[in-house]
Amino acid sequence: MPTITRWFIKASLISLTLGLSAGIWGQTANAAGIFPVYLHLLTFGWLTQLIFGVALWMFPIYSKEQPRGPEWLVWGIFAALNLGLLLRVVFEPLQSLSPTTLGNRALVAAAVLQWLSGVGFAAAVWNRIRRK
Amino acid sequence: MPRLSFLFIRASLVYLTLGCTFGGLILANKSVPFAPVIWALLPAHIEFLLLGWLTQLAMGVAFWILPRFIGGAPRGDERWSWAAFALVNLGIAFTIAAPYLGIDRLSLAARILQAAGVAAFAAGNWRRIYPLKFSLPTRA
Repeated sequence: MPTITRWFIKASLISLTLGLSAGIWGQTANAAGIFPVYLHLLTFGWLTQLIFGVALWMFPIYSKEQPRGPEWLVWGIFAALNLGLLLRVVFEPLQSLSPTTLGNRALVAAAVLQWLSGVGFAAAVWNRIRRK
Repeated sequence: MPRLSFLFIRASLVYLTLGCTFGGLILANKSVPFAPVIWALLPAHIEFLLLGWLTQLAMGVAFWILPRFIGGAPRGDERWSWAAFALVNLGIAFTIAAPYLGIDRLSLAARILQAAGVAAFAAGNWRRIYPLKFSLPTRA
């Protein structure tokens, strides 16, 4: 299993754990803003990240020299996804309690990073999806 | 990979791109409001990512890698899975168009198309889910 896939899968398991923990927190505390975090940890951090990791590993190779395409791109996808998600996990609940300019900027950065990771993945695997 | 898997997976990547774009706009607009109309993208964001991205990717990969039959068509009667592709994508299009076209029952029709699509996929690939055997089963 390639190194990038191991990182994606381990990060997805951490997201799953955090997502379910956020679900518990949402049920037991007055935690405004936790529900979108809960949903995105499970759908993006867990499911989508697991798919990214396994797809980069299992899809037909990009080329013999670069089986998964440019390394900078796949590591960039990993960094953007997880940094974007981390900013969201930290600042979305905080913003719902006491909004700050820093929090607003962090959430815009989270939006851009998560968008980059999705678009980057589509670009990275597009040419690996080939007909027989 | 077979042509249908190619179409399912390429379509799922298009929906991933659209869904992430809408989601990014919604989150950015939530923190720095610039266009209240952005909130109207929320149903499309959910639809594109849950059905367009996750479900179609799963169906495309399953059609590709599930065990095949010896003799005849290796993936059984592929018309079921082709119907699934058409129905699910038509259902997504109807769901997105329903609020704008103002046609009664379009949302209901969209959900029926999506459910029928997934059911068609299950019917077409049901027999491909079998336990490991020493010899592969032949097609009935």
